[in-house]
Amino acid sequence: MSAAVLAEAGPVAASGVFSLLWLVVALPLFGAAILLLAGRRSDRWGHWLGTAMPVASFVIVSAMLFAMLGRDSSSRSINQTVYTWIPVGGFRVDMGLLLDPLSVSFALLITGVGSLIHIYSIGYMSHDPARRRFFGYLNLFVASMLLLVLANSYLTLYMGWEGVGLASYLLIGFWNFRPAFASAANKAFVMNRVGDVGLSIAIMIMFATFGTVSIAAVSAAAPQASHGVLTAMGLLLLLAACGKSAQVPLQAWLGDAMAGPTPVSALIHAATMVTAGVYLIARSNAIFDLSAGAQLAVAIVGAVTLLFGAIVGAAKDDIKKSLAGSTMSQIGYMILAVGLGPIGYAFGIAHLLTHGFFKADLFLGAGSVMHGMNDEVDMRRYGGLRKLMPVTFVTFIFGYLAIIGVPPFAGYFTKDKIIEAAFDKGGVQGWTFGFIALLGAGITAFYMTRMVIMTFFGEKRWAPDTHPHESPTVMTAPMAVLAFMSLVSGALLMLGGRFVTFLEPVFGPEPVVAHPISPVVLTVITLAVVALGVGLAYQQYATRPVPEVAPVDVSPLTVAARRDLYGDVVNETLVMHPGQYLTRFLVFFDNRVVDGAVNGLAALIGGISARSRRIQTGFVRSYALSMFAGAAIVVVAVVLVRI
Amino acid sequence: MSPTYYLVVSALLFTLGGTGVLVRRNAIVVFMSVELMLNASNLAFVTFARMNGNLDGQVMAFFVMVVAAAEVVIGLAIIVSIFRTRRSASIDDASLLKY
Amino acid sequence: MTTFPWLTTIGVIPLVGAVVVAALPKGRDLLAKQVALVVSLVVLVLTVIMATAFDPTGPTFQFVEQHSWISAFGVSYAVGVDGIGLVLVALATVLVPVVILAGWNDADESNRPVKVYFALILVLETMMIGVFAATDLFLFYVFFEAMLIPVYFLIGAFGGAQRSYAAVKFLLYSLFGGLLMLVALIGLYSVSGDQLGKGTFEFSALTGLNIDPTTQKWLFLGFFFAFAIKAPLWPFHTWLPDAAAESTPGTAVLLVGVLDKVGTFGMIRYCLPLFPDASKYFAPAILVIAVIGILYGALAAIGQTDMMRLIAYTSLSHFGFITLGIFAMTTQGQSGSTLYMVNHGFSTAGLFIVAGFLISRRGSRLIADYGGVQRVAPLLAGSFLVMGLASLALPGLSTFVSEFLVLVGTFTRYPAAGIVATIGIIFAALYVLLWYQRVATGEPTERVKGFKDLGLREVLAVAPLIALLIALGFFPKPLLDVINPAVSSTLQHVGQTDPTPTVPVASGSSAEGTAQ
Repeated sequence: MSAAVLAEAGPVAASGVFSLLWLVVALPLFGAAILLLAGRRSDRWGHWLGTAMPVASFVIVSAMLFAMLGRDSSSRSINQTVYTWIPVGGFRVDMGLLLDPLSVSFALLITGVGSLIHIYSIGYMSHDPARRRFFGYLNLFVASMLLLVLANSYLTLYMGWEGVGLASYLLIGFWNFRPAFASAANKAFVMNRVGDVGLSIAIMIMFATFGTVSIAAVSAAAPQASHGVLTAMGLLLLLAACGKSAQVPLQAWLGDAMAGPTPVSALIHAATMVTAGVYLIARSNAIFDLSAGAQLAVAIVGAVTLLFGAIVGAAKDDIKKSLAGSTMSQIGYMILAVGLGPIGYAFGIAHLLTHGFFKADLFLGAGSVMHGMNDEVDMRRYGGLRKLMPVTFVTFIFGYLAIIGVPPFAGYFTKDKIIEAAFDKGGVQGWTFGFIALLGAGITAFYMTRMVIMTFFGEKRWAPDTHPHESPTVMTAPMAVLAFMSLVSGALLMLGGRFVTFLEPVFGPEPVVAHPISPVVLTVITLAVVALGVGLAYQQYATRPVPEVAPVDVSPLTVAARRDLYGDVVNETLVMHPGQYLTRFLVFFDNRVVDGAVNGLAALIGGISARSRRIQTGFVRSYALSMFAGAAIVVVAVVLVRI
Repeated sequence: MSPTYYLVVSALLFTLGGTGVLVRRNAIVVFMSVELMLNASNLAFVTFARMNGNLDGQVMAFFVMVVAAAEVVIGLAIIVSIFRTRRSASIDDASLLKY
Repeated sequence: MTTFPWLTTIGVIPLVGAVVVAALPKGRDLLAKQVALVVSLVVLVLTVIMATAFDPTGPTFQFVEQHSWISAFGVSYAVGVDGIGLVLVALATVLVPVVILAGWNDADESNRPVKVYFALILVLETMMIGVFAATDLFLFYVFFEAMLIPVYFLIGAFGGAQRSYAAVKFLLYSLFGGLLMLVALIGLYSVSGDQLGKGTFEFSALTGLNIDPTTQKWLFLGFFFAFAIKAPLWPFHTWLPDAAAESTPGTAVLLVGVLDKVGTFGMIRYCLPLFPDASKYFAPAILVIAVIGILYGALAAIGQTDMMRLIAYTSLSHFGFITLGIFAMTTQGQSGSTLYMVNHGFSTAGLFIVAGFLISRRGSRLIADYGGVQRVAPLLAGSFLVMGLASLALPGLSTFVSEFLVLVGTFTRYPAAGIVATIGIIFAALYVLLWYQRVATGEPTERVKGFKDLGLREVLAVAPLIALLIALGFFPKPLLDVINPAVSSTLQHVGQTDPTPTVPVASGSSAEGTAQ
């Protein structure tokens, strides 16, 4: 019965404006191809072409959104099959796209924020000789990310998934003439690959179980699969999400990934790519809803990471690494939300969208500060910048108010909803997750206030020969747009439950639950916790001077947090060093044992020959003796056989 | 007279020749011993021909004689030429053809 | 048109070309190179025309020719290609011009005549086409062994410092395997004599035999060892790093890119249909070897200091994947493996060629001697990265399609093997990216600063490979359409069908439909 209902509600074929869906992905891909192939010839106009492509995609997606809003909610899911990709026996994968309320939200975020960041990069990268290549990579990223969210099958999604990994690798290592940056790029790619193994195996299980990897078909057939299979798939998808979204235990790459140019950190490592894990879990809601174990694992990962990232973010002096910790923590919120099940999906996605705006805003602000400060990233060498960079300051403050969740800014609407949903989960789980989410909100307020105070207030602690200045309009305009979105997007999405209703075709109707704590009370508590965090940071950093060099007599927790809570140490001792020993041993083993056996056999035969040729003495009489002996033996043998 | 005696004489001659080949160092003597062994086998051939009442053994004996004659010609030539170059007729000195 | 002897024609042209090149007067090196290039391009064009005439829906073997050769032993000159043979012939004919172009100056520094190098490459092309096109097992064996001769001279005469060691090792190792196969071949012949009344080497007749299980196992092992050494599979692989490292990059391309495919081609073409029961009997053991090879090759590649050896070890890993797909005996696995053979040909060829470009500039095979190439030679570094990404099977490049098909095909029948093999993709990322990092990133070293970026000839050699990798990554259907029927026919011989999904979506909804 259920299958028939779902088949009826399944995607409809693309028509009208939706038949342009393939262009949304193809345009940036085309841009990337042109920019990377045309070489230096396109240096002069390359960045304009690179910017035009995501803008064009944005326009198309916006048109589609309005067309979709004009449709009945049951026919808002649109499928477009572009061509048959891999047909082998029962395994048939089409290069196909699926536009539904969930993917259109993502596509808008990607093309919208992506376009703004392309514009910003025109200014930010203006002095870089390889700016054209940078735009080529950015376009490649946008195309891959769009393919990821628009894919109608898990395998096509995987193509986008690895494509964004490649773009991320290329952009983190954009300045890879610095060895540390090249290592950071490798680290990101390899840790992502660990997650990709999870996604690969999950896809294999899907094919073995359902005979298809189409998202719609898998979701429809999921209820018939056994519980064990669903849990396995869920956990593997979670592994993939951990890799891409830098969740514990695969979190260590994100801090290093800040080696990339700041627009990259804003677009890829804050607003879009790192949220792909959230998308994957939300997209696979049919699987997670049927496996309580996998869902709980998701929520635990989210809760752990939201604290982990916040603690790391509170201790870092590098403004980008602090923001990276913050990103990790905010994605922890989203993962927690989608791990809560139907009560959380829509809020997780809503927070993802608002976070995309305010975190991109914050990163671009940080980039603007760095741009004016000779690429200094140490907040201890900032201070008092609010007067010199007024636009950056104001836009940054908008982002700041949004992330700590001050009404009416965006974060207030979306993060509070996640905290509320966590408590609504009920029981021990609900209280634990709720408490962690609340604590996270406090730490968030602390580290963000610390960042604002150290950067924009207090006295100047600049390195000599620094002349801070406001960035050009091409950079501040995108920041202003994002700041505006940080203000209004939350209210726009959440007031009246608009967004939740919009996503209903994907996640089903929002379940009605009893609130253990009334929402109003919870809001007050949350705001109190936030105020406490702000106050602590104010007391710590505004009332006394900030030392230019990080103090060393700090609590063990701070020491640990400065070292990313020993994430790298764990990876090195558990994986890297044993791995290095293993490869060294294998090279030795291969040369000595395997090849040794081959060469040993050859040497053995050679040795036997060398010994046995000594029989050839050259003395005729000894040859004659051996002939006689041989003849005698033959005779004796003949005689014996006769008898 | 029983043909066995001829065969015993043949075996004795053959053993004498064989011993000569193995123990003597002078090439000429070794050569003579080889001849002795050949003639011992000739004697045996002829005896068997007589015993079996056909000519096969005698024909074989002629073959052996012809081969022996040819061999003597070449063998002696080799020995003489070795003797000329190395001033020695000892076969142990001619041991260069080895490993 | 169907009666035109396509395969013989494209097989003979390179041989004629080789004679012409060898007969050129001394000192006309440039002319020798040009003639070789033109000949190989003519062969390529003819192959493309032939491939378009191939009808995927037609009979399994097409362009068939048969002439009696040694009638006393039932040996005939019989050629024909199915989808698998066709794509591999195409692989060989694509790679030869690329190799000639990329290895334009490979032989200049040796003290041997340059024309001999190019003549040998053309001779090798004939052998490669012959071995993939033969449908008579004796003819196959002749090509299989005769192939060793040009390669032996290519390595032994034009290679690096340790070339004679490598060449002899390669020759002896391969001969050993070949002789085992000869024994099995004669055994097969005598079985066919018993069952058919007259012994034959004809492939289609031999697949119809009903061999008793014990004999089948022994004959299978004879063939399989030859192919396992040729491919090579772990632990018969140690000739490969030496041979690849000591030969010129061009020779290494043909050796690893095409020649070694004869091993895996032999497994899917001969081992499975001729000895179906033995194949099934040994499949689990072979899968274990394949999985070990995947991980072992990848890990050993990470630890290499010599880039040619590194590529050889990556190939060991890739051959593990190919074997895995073949012996998983599913449509996806075998189609994936066949596609993998082609893609691996392109990607490894690309890696060897790019490594050759680096070596010709710096004069060293050691990875540690490089650094910062990307800053001085972006095109070179870019091609290097694309080939590396192809080696680690990045989606969007054709290697991904084949690797994923192999994995998914294996998983449906042997989940454990599929999962363990999947872990190999992490190691693949490591060996490619660490290598790229050491060679291309960082500040350029003193010696690297003088590097010129790719010239036109070098671009022309690499560009077709990159174009093919990307095009087939996005649209592999034309190749798969050719390969699929051949694979289905192989699986029919073996008598294996794909495992069915536990919760089939399609049948579930159709059942729903009938209920309503």
